[in-house]
Amino acid sequence: MSPSRSYQAGGRRVVITGIGVIAPGGIGAKRFWELITSGQTATRSITFFDPTPYRSRIAAECDFVPEQHGLSPQELRRMDRAAQFAVVSAREAIADSGIEPEQLPADRTGVSIGSAVGCTMSLEREYAVVSDGGRRWLVDHSYGVPALYDYLVPSSLAREVAWVAGAEGPATVVSAGCTSGLDAVGYAVDLIREGSADVMIAGATDAPISPITVACFDAIKATSPRNDDPQHASRPFDKSRNGFVLGEGAAVLVVEEFDRARRRGAHIYAEIKGFASRCNAYHMTGLRPDGREMAEAITAALAEAKLDRTEVDYVNAHGSGTKQNDRHETAAVKRSLGHHARTIPMSSIKSMIGHSLGAIGAIEIAACALAVEYGVVPPTANLHTPDPECDLDYVPITAREQRVDVALTVGSGFGGFQSAMVLTGSGVRS
Amino acid sequence: MSIAAITGVGVVAPNGLGTAEYWSATLNGTSGIDRITRFDASSYPVQLAGEVSGFAAEAHLPSRLLPQTDHMTRMALVAADWALADAAVQPGEMPEFDMGVVTASASGGFEFGQRELENLWGRGPEYVSAYQSFAWFYAVNTGQISIRNGMRGPSGVLVSEQAGGLDALAHARRHLRKGTRLVLTGGVDSSLCPWGLTAQIPSGLLSRSTERGRAYLPFDAAAQGYVPGEGGAILVMEELEIAKAGCDRPIYGVLAGYASTFDPPPRSGRQPRLRRAIELALSDAGVVADDVDAVFADGAGVAELDRVEAAAISAVFGPYGVPVTVPKSMTGRLFSGGAALDVVAALLSIRDGVLPPTVGTGRPAPEYQLDLVTGAARPGTVRTVLVLARGYGGFNSAVVLTAPQV
Repeated sequence: MSPSRSYQAGGRRVVITGIGVIAPGGIGAKRFWELITSGQTATRSITFFDPTPYRSRIAAECDFVPEQHGLSPQELRRMDRAAQFAVVSAREAIADSGIEPEQLPADRTGVSIGSAVGCTMSLEREYAVVSDGGRRWLVDHSYGVPALYDYLVPSSLAREVAWVAGAEGPATVVSAGCTSGLDAVGYAVDLIREGSADVMIAGATDAPISPITVACFDAIKATSPRNDDPQHASRPFDKSRNGFVLGEGAAVLVVEEFDRARRRGAHIYAEIKGFASRCNAYHMTGLRPDGREMAEAITAALAEAKLDRTEVDYVNAHGSGTKQNDRHETAAVKRSLGHHARTIPMSSIKSMIGHSLGAIGAIEIAACALAVEYGVVPPTANLHTPDPECDLDYVPITAREQRVDVALTVGSGFGGFQSAMVLTGSGVRS
Repeated sequence: MSIAAITGVGVVAPNGLGTAEYWSATLNGTSGIDRITRFDASSYPVQLAGEVSGFAAEAHLPSRLLPQTDHMTRMALVAADWALADAAVQPGEMPEFDMGVVTASASGGFEFGQRELENLWGRGPEYVSAYQSFAWFYAVNTGQISIRNGMRGPSGVLVSEQAGGLDALAHARRHLRKGTRLVLTGGVDSSLCPWGLTAQIPSGLLSRSTERGRAYLPFDAAAQGYVPGEGGAILVMEELEIAKAGCDRPIYGVLAGYASTFDPPPRSGRQPRLRRAIELALSDAGVVADDVDAVFADGAGVAELDRVEAAAISAVFGPYGVPVTVPKSMTGRLFSGGAALDVVAALLSIRDGVLPPTVGTGRPAPEYQLDLVTGAARPGTVRTVLVLARGYGGFNSAVVLTAPQV
């Protein structure tokens, strides 16, 4: 009998047993958690290139020195920065899970990596060379580097992670814009539940701080032009917010079938109980003000989790800091959680580490798992004067100690994608 | 459990626009591979491609969509329209949250991307299009198809190069199993611009032949790489009972089985995993090797890849144990579109009881021990078909399709 049939009735449960994070402000899950619970911000003036000609000249950059993380010269040549993030995070997650890589069952281990823009940094760098600075449409192929095809097809991100994990089960990249991270982990949950894998190395990575990405967000005024005060530029839910701050980073999780994790005595951070995604079918970058499709995704994720909306203890917001998003999301949370929305904390860590496009969804899942673990809700930094239309409890400025049994995390992205995931601690935490 | 029926298909292929034209060309062995016309390719080591010719986006799409879409998205939108019309589905008459979209992508809207990179690097940031933020990215086809058709249900975008086309169909099936009524799925790709071609060349897998009939020769001893192409297919997938209730609409077939695996790294000494993907997909479909009437192979046209695929097929079906064909020998490899188009060809083979030929390859290399359909289409009963797709880097996916009545 096929795996997908034999496990269907069993109701396989899925838990997080390892976390690896690369985020602005620090490398590693520990540094990440310290930063986002401190309320400090990691946004600054762009240093990767001269940002002078751009409208938004700020970003949340990672101080990442790949050589310090054991990447070999050939790996450095082959891997885009996003791949480097993914590989280093995957190694941290696997080490954190307590599994020796050679003990991972190759055929039963899969990979699901989210990314919105793939290897865009390397592609732009190499484009500049073959086109000689944009001078020729018929670009000069003789200047193409050996890894150029790996950059063209971002599936190379999943390949690199699969090689690190020795995974020979199902592997893919999930690329749904800014919900990629949530969707990639949701995909991993599907595969474990249906029996296609027992362990998934799942997460997301993006390294988009490159002239073309900065320029394209400039063109639609999506990013903040608060260039004179970069540390306080990302202001989700604040009346003075004026766009998101571009970020970069990765989070990779070891996502494991519950019985397997329990049998090997693994430390379990949280169970992933529900996931759902919906589309707005409205606009590639715009949002319907009523928040209905995000509300539908939240409701469906809670239904899959078999949890009532009143049981939600914490909402990790998309909270990008654009005028439109924060109102849309507030409407969606009110619509789906009803009166309960007003009584629970809801915060945006993008206030501190910026918006790393596809990666952020996985980073926020990591934040939720750690909130469940430590009983602390990270704050929304830079929130001093709330927008009157954003009238929920956004945990301004300071983290809050509070038991979190049920965490909800949501994402919203270009293409109209809206995703929601529910994590719980009760019943699985040792 | 719900059964995933294919009720509509839309095709944009180098050897035919629309299902009828594509299928007639494919059965006749008519290739769409020719010299690149989209730009002057004379200075490039690769001169041939499977370009979609005669596709006039403005004849099919509202003019407001043209400035914000790459060529591949225009083709995807039109393929989706054709698939819905073929299935006799009016999306406006169905509940919005009951319809979803799952597409595969391999490299995004690359021609659009090249133009905007040129604007940025050649002229300055203020010349970059307001549409660049989404027109090139991998999720664009799913997003635009959902918007055009008012589909607000669960969606997705999978990127595993050529294997993604099958991964997308399998993910669409998951959505059906969770209760979504209809999912548009498949893949349409193109990166046949100077920058896209340049980025493909270092893979070392492209054929440098200029002889159009001999450039892409899957399983031939003289195989020297593949020809890149563009296009693909979008399919309408619905739960079988719902599909049956839709009066006399034809049902092409059922996505009965699927599996995917990943190969170990080169030089690891471990075996490739394609065979396991095949065995798991058969098992998922509840069929055995003897039930399979044909294999639509990945057919990379690269000796070491062909050898691995032939070995996997022979291991499961025995030497010369099943008819094998590679209709993409007439289109080139379409990246995320290739496997979706192969699924359409396989479904049409089931419908018409005939297998399309593999062109170019005169006789497969004897060591492969394959019963390759060459020369002309081969008639016969076709009820169960295995479709294989492999993505650069080690992705293996397999799908089993069965006749609607099985």
